[in-house]
Amino acid sequence: MDLSFSTEDEEFRREVRAFIEREYDDDLRRQMAQSKNGYLDKEGQMKWMKKLSNQGWLAPNWPKEYGGPGWTQTQKYIFDVETSAAGTPPVLAFGVKMVAPVIMAFGSDEQKQTYLPPILASDVWWCQGYSEPGSGSDLASLQMRAEDKGDHFLCNGSKIWTTLAQHADWIFCLVRTDADAAKPQQGISFLLIDMKTPGISVEPIVTLDMPVANQQEVNQVFFDDVRVPKENLIGELNRGWTYAKYLLEFERGNAYGPSLKRSIAKVKSIAENELVGTGERLIDDSSFAGKIADMERQITAMEFTELRIFAALSAGERVGPESSMLKAKGSELGQGITELTLEATGFYTQPLMRDTWAEIKGRTNEPRVGPTYAAPVAPYYFNYRKASIYAGSNEVQRNIMAKLVLGL
Amino acid sequence: MDFSFTEEQTLLRNSIQKFVQDEYDFDTRRKIIASDEGMKEENWQTLAELGLLAAPFTEEQGGFGGGPIETMIVMEEFGRGLVVEPYAPTVIQCGGFLRYAGSSEQQEALIPQIIEGKLKMAFAYAEPQGRYNLADLTTTAEQKGGDFVINGYKAVVIGGPWADKFIVTARTSGSQREEKGVTVFIIDKGADGVSTRDYPTVDGFRASELTLENVVVGKDAVVGEVDNGLPLVEKIADEAIAAYCAEAIGAMKVLNDTTVEYCKTRKQFGQPIGKFQVLQHRMVDMFMEYEQSVSMTYMVNLKLEEDEIERKKAASGAKVQIGKSGRFVGQQSVQLHGGMGMTDELNVGHYFKRLTMIDTAFGNVDHHLKRYAKLSQA
Repeated sequence: MDLSFSTEDEEFRREVRAFIEREYDDDLRRQMAQSKNGYLDKEGQMKWMKKLSNQGWLAPNWPKEYGGPGWTQTQKYIFDVETSAAGTPPVLAFGVKMVAPVIMAFGSDEQKQTYLPPILASDVWWCQGYSEPGSGSDLASLQMRAEDKGDHFLCNGSKIWTTLAQHADWIFCLVRTDADAAKPQQGISFLLIDMKTPGISVEPIVTLDMPVANQQEVNQVFFDDVRVPKENLIGELNRGWTYAKYLLEFERGNAYGPSLKRSIAKVKSIAENELVGTGERLIDDSSFAGKIADMERQITAMEFTELRIFAALSAGERVGPESSMLKAKGSELGQGITELTLEATGFYTQPLMRDTWAEIKGRTNEPRVGPTYAAPVAPYYFNYRKASIYAGSNEVQRNIMAKLVLGL
Repeated sequence: MDFSFTEEQTLLRNSIQKFVQDEYDFDTRRKIIASDEGMKEENWQTLAELGLLAAPFTEEQGGFGGGPIETMIVMEEFGRGLVVEPYAPTVIQCGGFLRYAGSSEQQEALIPQIIEGKLKMAFAYAEPQGRYNLADLTTTAEQKGGDFVINGYKAVVIGGPWADKFIVTARTSGSQREEKGVTVFIIDKGADGVSTRDYPTVDGFRASELTLENVVVGKDAVVGEVDNGLPLVEKIADEAIAAYCAEAIGAMKVLNDTTVEYCKTRKQFGQPIGKFQVLQHRMVDMFMEYEQSVSMTYMVNLKLEEDEIERKKAASGAKVQIGKSGRFVGQQSVQLHGGMGMTDELNVGHYFKRLTMIDTAFGNVDHHLKRYAKLSQA
């Protein structure tokens, strides 16, 4: 066992830091600090992703043959740590990390040539069409129909909780192509759909953090007699569930540890600014300091759990259901930190500032109420309840671990 | 020992339930909180007609002589409807100051107006540096001749935009956090030097930042004794806490009922999700949190008129319970509703947000745990 990095790795770390220092400008930083859901608006997201793309760093997970940077596992990890620690905007996973690996593994050569280069160049915006109103944790029960009409599929149904679909050029969907299959998983196909196709409409879903239009996060996407060319099918008909599972197993999100560290650092900076009514700073208050310490300790446990898994990956092992542990634990720690942020900010969590980017974007001159960090605190706390619901609720993650890890 | 409600108390509850049912269904409330005004004046008049605005005042003051239990019933039902009209600030908090310590002139001038629904008030106590310490005041009131000149800043004054008058705490002597030297004033919103910045709150209420610049008031604006206002302020804060506890149990009850109902009907994996044991246990935990909260709410409301130490312990103990249970019930209601629980369209998120914000009113869990510990050591 050894925790140190090689001199080459440390050199790489400096390179990443220099890039962040240079490209993560004040404008982006200010917007991220006021984001209520972790994303920027389309312009901001594109700006950051283009910078990464121009550097050749948008898709660290892609093999070199497809234009990936050809990093070692350690370099990928370092990149992840440094970007999370700096709190850079997220790279939208839907293209780079979700649909692209599926296309690489199961797509035709033509599909690879058509879809992969624009993803790498960050020229197209993808969204994910999995959940439906009646199919949440039980995803295999999905109902959106794609009927075989000879040269095209005729799609009807709807997808829900579609993140940032209002900006999307394309959506990848799980659709039902065989309603009579013996098992629900067997009649599902993986389809790429151009969002400009007639019959598609996107309706925003207002979440409890009350986003304004340009901060809107989730949507419902409706498909009404949408004609999708046959060549947009990935792999074989009725094999979509296998591809979806591959995607889930192959691709996990970023490591939680580094971003949790960043979030707890934010709590500390708020607690340095807040007074407790004795003249003492909140950070010096023994009970709150104890909560921060306990959270930092848990983040360390998370970080070392991730390092162990990362080491196993580096050694060429495949990591399966253990990733459920990272998702459940990571999201719950993240939620715990949003609670601490809420507590630290006190009664100034109450004012509702719907447009938290208004000043940055020059839409208002009106000063906000309370400290500058206060406005996104409550909305972000409300919004981040999503983390234990999305991508397989934490109850489902625990079911997976019970079954596949513990063999119960 | 008797935890039953009297016939009058049941009638009171029924009348508020009817009001909430008729005038405060979820869609109507959405319209109310989205309106420019942020509340509905007609509702305020209905509350006056129902006698609710008169409830806690004595018969000599023109009221019905209701006690903490009556207030608890009102607030519990308001919690079920997420009623935003400023009953707590006007009647319970500012009305409390007037009832307990108002001069006969103040009582005669203001209480009838409150009862008739013609006067709304708001209690401006919090200051940015003071967090939850009611005595930490940088707002000052300097005696000049027979008058006071008030300067300072008050944060997150709930109901501020609707208030005609404020009750304001200010320091007339002593150092910033000293117990002695706190004085309570009534200030007209229209007085020279008073300015407000109004805004909605995340839970659908309205509040103001209040700036006081050389506001001149006479001696007749003082409520209670000069320099000795803190015990009164603490008493009102404890009564406000008891009322918010009642509001919170009303909100929790709706969340628990809604969640159980949803889990009975929402099907995944071929069965109602309420059949899954992990969710059953979660809902049982929510139920237990609610029941403990009801108990603590009854407890604090029954002890409001006991001696000061007992009252303070009761209030702090209950506020801790409400803070913790409110968080658990709110979070789990969202969780069990899945994505739907995250939407503005469903009522669940609205109750969750209200419960979250009740924790920041008059001191959060940490604040009251410390206060409770200190009182227990005394």
